[in-house]
Amino acid sequence: MLLRHTPEEIKERKALTVNPAKMCQPIGAMYAALGIHGCMPHSHGSQGCCAYHRSTLTRHYKEPIMAATSSFTEGSSVFGGQANLVQAINNMFTIYNPDIIAVHTTCLSETIGDDVNQICQKARDDGKVPEGKHVIHCNTPSYVGSHITGYSNMLKGIIKYFSKSTGIKKDQMNIISGWVEPSDMKEIKKIAKEMGIKIVLFPDTSDILDAPQTGVHAFYPKGGTTIPELISTGDSKFSLALGEFATDAPAKDLNSKCKVKFKTIDLPIGLSATDRFIVALSNAADVDVPECITEERGRLVDIITDMQQYFYNKRVALFGDPDQLIPLTELLVDLDMKPVYILSGTSGKVFVRRIKEILAESVPNAKVKNGANADLFLLHQWIKNDPVDLIIGNTYGKYIARDEDIPFLRMGFPILDRVGHSYFPTVGYAGAMRVLEKILNLLMDRQDRDSSEESFELVM
Amino acid sequence: MENIKKEVLPDGEMVMEDILAKYPPKVAKKRSKSIVPNDSSREQSIQSNVRTVPGIITQRGCCYAGCKGVVLGPTRDIINLTHGPIGCGFFSWLTRRNQTRPGPEGDNYMPYCFSTDMQDDNIVFGGEKKLKEAIQEAYDIFHPKAIGIFATCPVGLIGDDIHAVAREMKEKLGINIFGFSCEGYKGVSQSAGHHIANNQIFKHVVGLDDKRKKGKFLINLLGEYNIGGDAFLIEDLFERCGLTLISTFSGNSSIEQFANCHTADLNLVMCHRSINYVADMLEKKFGIPWMKINFIGANASAVSLRQIGKYFNDKELSRRIEKVIAEEMPAVEEARKEVMPHTKGKLAMIFVGGSRAHHYQGLFAEIGMSTIAAGYEFAHKDDYEGRKVLPDLKVDADSRNIEELVVEKDPERYKPRKSQEELNKLKKAGVRMKEYDGMMPDMVKNSFVIDDISQHETEMLIAKYKPAVFCAGIKEKYTVQKRGVPMKQLHSYDYGGPFAVFKGAVNFYREMDRTINSKVWGLIKPPWDSSPEITATFGSE
Ligand code: SF4
Ligand code: SF4
Repeated sequence: MLLRHTPEEIKERKALTVNPAKMCQPIGAMYAALGIHGCMPHSHGSQGCCAYHRSTLTRHYKEPIMAATSSFTEGSSVFGGQANLVQAINNMFTIYNPDIIAVHTTCLSETIGDDVNQICQKARDDGKVPEGKHVIHCNTPSYVGSHITGYSNMLKGIIKYFSKSTGIKKDQMNIISGWVEPSDMKEIKKIAKEMGIKIVLFPDTSDILDAPQTGVHAFYPKGGTTIPELISTGDSKFSLALGEFATDAPAKDLNSKCKVKFKTIDLPIGLSATDRFIVALSNAADVDVPECITEERGRLVDIITDMQQYFYNKRVALFGDPDQLIPLTELLVDLDMKPVYILSGTSGKVFVRRIKEILAESVPNAKVKNGANADLFLLHQWIKNDPVDLIIGNTYGKYIARDEDIPFLRMGFPILDRVGHSYFPTVGYAGAMRVLEKILNLLMDRQDRDSSEESFELVM
Repeated sequence: MENIKKEVLPDGEMVMEDILAKYPPKVAKKRSKSIVPNDSSREQSIQSNVRTVPGIITQRGCCYAGCKGVVLGPTRDIINLTHGPIGCGFFSWLTRRNQTRPGPEGDNYMPYCFSTDMQDDNIVFGGEKKLKEAIQEAYDIFHPKAIGIFATCPVGLIGDDIHAVAREMKEKLGINIFGFSCEGYKGVSQSAGHHIANNQIFKHVVGLDDKRKKGKFLINLLGEYNIGGDAFLIEDLFERCGLTLISTFSGNSSIEQFANCHTADLNLVMCHRSINYVADMLEKKFGIPWMKINFIGANASAVSLRQIGKYFNDKELSRRIEKVIAEEMPAVEEARKEVMPHTKGKLAMIFVGGSRAHHYQGLFAEIGMSTIAAGYEFAHKDDYEGRKVLPDLKVDADSRNIEELVVEKDPERYKPRKSQEELNKLKKAGVRMKEYDGMMPDMVKNSFVIDDISQHETEMLIAKYKPAVFCAGIKEKYTVQKRGVPMKQLHSYDYGGPFAVFKGAVNFYREMDRTINSKVWGLIKPPWDSSPEITATFGSE
């Protein structure tokens, strides 16, 4: 047994987290900044955080993750990191020539109270920021919130620096993307294009974290939201924010800064959430839904129709980030599955409320927990007490899955041991079809493995 | 190394100028001292173990990573509790591939991540209370033998006294509890963390159990972390030779083994960087001599085993060692012959850790490959230039705060395993006790030695030399491969291995053949692309 010390008996914990279901803010800020074209993230703290965040993102994407650090020493921790950051900004522009440096803090620089805004200004005043180049920043204290908070904070930083309103509205809308994969961002752009809607998607990690092998390492790959696009977000007619935890606050900021009305909806994961996404797009841009999208939806529903016996009543445990878990739970309910345990390390009251609403009729007794001490240790204990047919979550779930011999679907962040997530979307109807295919493969492989010889099926 | 043609290595000074040209003057000046075109016929000196320049993209991690991840990470029966916000604990959770064999009933906390997940009110009002509660909860649920507390950046700054908490809870719960002040900003790299970890193990665990194990030749293996199962192969070899392994620091280890390690009669130092000071302390306090060995590469492994044989000066032991070497060598030779035509004359670059960048050069040489650039991520001057520089090493501001334990002879348990006379005799017989010459003397002229290499320098080296393989870590992996150059991770072995001793050498030969000669390197250019060749060309051909 890999997790041999996990007992069935659940004792209440207040202080000890075991096997966390969240990460810290800076990695989210780093990921968001990577979705801006020509941008180099910078971690203002000691080297370890930056090394950890780069390593985790690298393992997840199997792509170069370029980011720098202020390399705090004990001295900088006592006297403040101003000299380090100013020097870092100068060095980065000189050596690596980004268009933008996106600075985020760490718990070290936050604890000592470095004023990053002022330090960035000093770098500008000292002439360390070349003409036409930008340094932006956000605060990401790791002892507040989670990686999702950090992602959201970087988006707020981007809006604060770039979004401008000229007073003349452009015929375009913003889509502020929650934390999804480059493949998902591509899919969102594809859908908008099919609907004939001009959008600015930000951040946009497609064509950055799924870069092709060409024999040349493009330090700043061709993808990412560009500076003119970011500036123009202030003139967009409307913003659609996808995922309340990651994008509601940035959308609000943009509205109060540039008067861009917005609507926050779920990430379009699964049938119902994608329906709402398509309706929201169509309403906001006042366009009809094209035939091709209706057909794609029809294909998804067709798979459900054909295969629904395999989904029916299967018990599922899922963990990850709220913005994914909410629509994913809804998808499982649409499939007549039973999401019985839903857990996220990211706090926020909305989570339990939303999940309970979704499960009110189908699984009223589901266990739902998020925030402090909502960790994989607890999830495992729930499973030990009453097993499930399927686990959905990031790679760390594989330890539980193996110990308990339960099929396991990798979704979320980080996925350290498989490829595909950066290339094949889970959003939109096409994405939902992929999720369904994966769930079916797992459940049906299990049936093939476990069935007796006499009940082994050729056709399923 | 004779198979590198002269013209392959351009004049080092000129290449260096090119590399430095892009840096702001101050940075160029600093970096120039850490980049050395090698010439072992001259006195050489390299700047190392100094701060990384802010804003430069570095390989390095932090003190906490070195302390928790490297040294205590592989120890299975202790609860390693990270006191801090969640990130540090999360990212050091299972990411270092240390394998372990707890047996069906043994304790194994390695698949777990324990954290106090500090919140802002803990930062404002202090986190000691939460830490105490967390220890109590860990005790109530798991009943471990030992708990280690690891401080992250904010802990030192807000003034939490983890050692006082450890003492209090140790008293209360009656199990071994101790803390590591390994805040990420200490020192300049992971190396500081290794030191802090080893010191605390030495203070709080070593010597707690005096029971002498059965066996004639008792040894410890220091600085071997069982990545990908290396230690398992080494353990197997020891057993077949008749050597009794008391403890490994710290691959496949348990706290109990550390407690007992002072009963051994010889310490073998594998990774000089992360542990040479422990070997010194064990010698001073208990009288156990140490020798530097190297179990990477078949030749180095054979040499190391024979040195051990000579140290114990026992005919039967030497006979068994020779027998084991003779058993292992045919498979090694066969694999060598098989891959040699595909690897001979090709160039390698190695930039990792504190010892592997040296150790793996011998392994490459066994398949005819030359290492033309190498460097460490966090080593010190002695790892490059040899222990002869130790007396003159200056302690700078960043090292000053890393505790140096003052160790004295143990009044009861100090027992010199060899008399001075015996040691002199060993020296005459070619047994090198307490010696290490470092990496530089082993490297060819005009090869590059670079400490704490940056992303920019990595790119320049690749562009200039087009090596057949570049070895580093996960953060460098894809920047190298996107250039069409094969990349081998030598921290994680790319989830392969083991690469230690003879069987590991065989694995490595074949792995290199696969890495370098995979068809994919010829598939990068689409047939309709007529631009000049930009994919991997192998420098020496
Ligand atoms: S929790 Fe803080 S110190 Fe740890 S990795 Fe995150 S930012 Fe760095
Ligand atoms: S040099 Fe290598 S073996 Fe030594 S501590 Fe480093 S990674 Fe480990």
